[in-house]
Amino acid sequence: MSYLTLAITLIFVVIPLVLSKTLKLGLEKDTLIATVRSIIQLLAVGYVLQFVFDAEQLIYIFLMVLLMIAAATQNARKKGASIKGITWKLIVTFVFVEVLTQGILLGLGITPATAQYIIPISGMVVGNSMVLSILFLNRFTSEMTTHQDQTELILTLGGTPKQAIRTQLLNSIKASTIPTIESQKTIGLVQLPGMMSGQIIAGADPVQAVMFQLLILFLLLTTAVVTSIMLGYLSYPTLFNERMQFLSDHLEEDDED
Amino acid sequence: MLSLEAAIQFKNVSYSVNGDTILTDITGSFPKGKITTLVGPSGAGKSTLFKLCNGLKSPDSGEILINGKKIDDYDPVTLRRFVGIALQQATMLSGTVKKNISIPMILQGKQLPEERAKELLTVVGLDESFLSRNIKDLSGGQRQKLSIARTLVNKPEILLLDEITSSLDRVSQQDIEELIVKINKEFSTTIIWITHNLQQALDIGDYTWVMMEGEVVETGESSLLEAPTNERVRNFVRGEVE
Repeated sequence: MSYLTLAITLIFVVIPLVLSKTLKLGLEKDTLIATVRSIIQLLAVGYVLQFVFDAEQLIYIFLMVLLMIAAATQNARKKGASIKGITWKLIVTFVFVEVLTQGILLGLGITPATAQYIIPISGMVVGNSMVLSILFLNRFTSEMTTHQDQTELILTLGGTPKQAIRTQLLNSIKASTIPTIESQKTIGLVQLPGMMSGQIIAGADPVQAVMFQLLILFLLLTTAVVTSIMLGYLSYPTLFNERMQFLSDHLEEDDED
Repeated sequence: MLSLEAAIQFKNVSYSVNGDTILTDITGSFPKGKITTLVGPSGAGKSTLFKLCNGLKSPDSGEILINGKKIDDYDPVTLRRFVGIALQQATMLSGTVKKNISIPMILQGKQLPEERAKELLTVVGLDESFLSRNIKDLSGGQRQKLSIARTLVNKPEILLLDEITSSLDRVSQQDIEELIVKINKEFSTTIIWITHNLQQALDIGDYTWVMMEGEVVETGESSLLEAPTNERVRNFVRGEVE
């Protein structure tokens, strides 16, 4: 695709702008910001990727993944409800999920150890893990706030913190992973996954594209489940002190909700 | 009161949340094997005092002794089984009566034998057919009785009751009062009971603490409520402070 063709596609930005202006939806500013940001960010990533692919140096791959994890942590921290000291817990979770998935993929020789594979797959894994973290944290803090009486009940009856938050933790893990599992049930029926569509448009064999997409789907299942479980078990001890007292002030609910 | 052996003893206990003082310099004791009622206007710090006794909160300063031993020297789990608490809202988990009454045993990785469950229900005046009933089908009074039975599973030596009859009708209220007196007599359980009902405090309590604005204003035999020496308590008893 040439830059001229790309420029013509801006017509798809003009349509919502005109509609927003006509109907006074007030979305013009955000639409423009989103357009400019996506152009700059994606082009920058494109050039960076080109450089990393050409350089064929592991250190650049490593730095790219590190950058993804840093951005994901920053975003999850900002968008999700929070628990005291959440930053390092998010970092540990993202690093673990990345090491686990890449370890399996590279260790078993499923994908080659090149930037072309490692970086996009890491992007999908860390990105998915980030979304799951936001979903999990929002649900978990809301479960803990709503059912504070149940947490205290278990503690007063001689339960441990782990027993006191068990139901809330399991509910949050389930609630945050269900969308991933459900969306996989209808995949291909309603819409084709973006990555697979991209490969097909770029001229790849559709069956090969499907096989690769399946690999990604399975990968995202692991990512979803491991992210919420890990974040859950890393987070709950922060809500209690050594005297097994519930510290409700360590829960910071999402202001944006 | 201090001459009696203390189940719970406070020595200059203060507690605050985010700079707001909730309890100031509480000193005194709850005698072992007796019923002490805790009265006072809302916001006096009565419920907070309970949370300190059960180890759900720790004081900022001062000392709490349970059976003469510092509260911090108890393992929190042991302490909470030993000092049981029942609250006004009688929180239940969804499911059956059997599931709810079994919680204290399940938390210890054990099962509550059916016979014991039935026995506890009988103690609180619920017949054994309740075991299979759903929590949703229970009245306020029945939930409260179940909450007490559940607390009794741990065989607490000290039982803290926080406004457990305030939302109940007169008949259920009397049932619970009789039940608590029975538990106190039969098992020599030390009872500390927060109540808004001064008549109840007079009828049931051996001793009474009057608390106001985070302080203990007057303590003594429950009859003190009939002729308080402290003016603030007099005003409170006359219903001028609510």
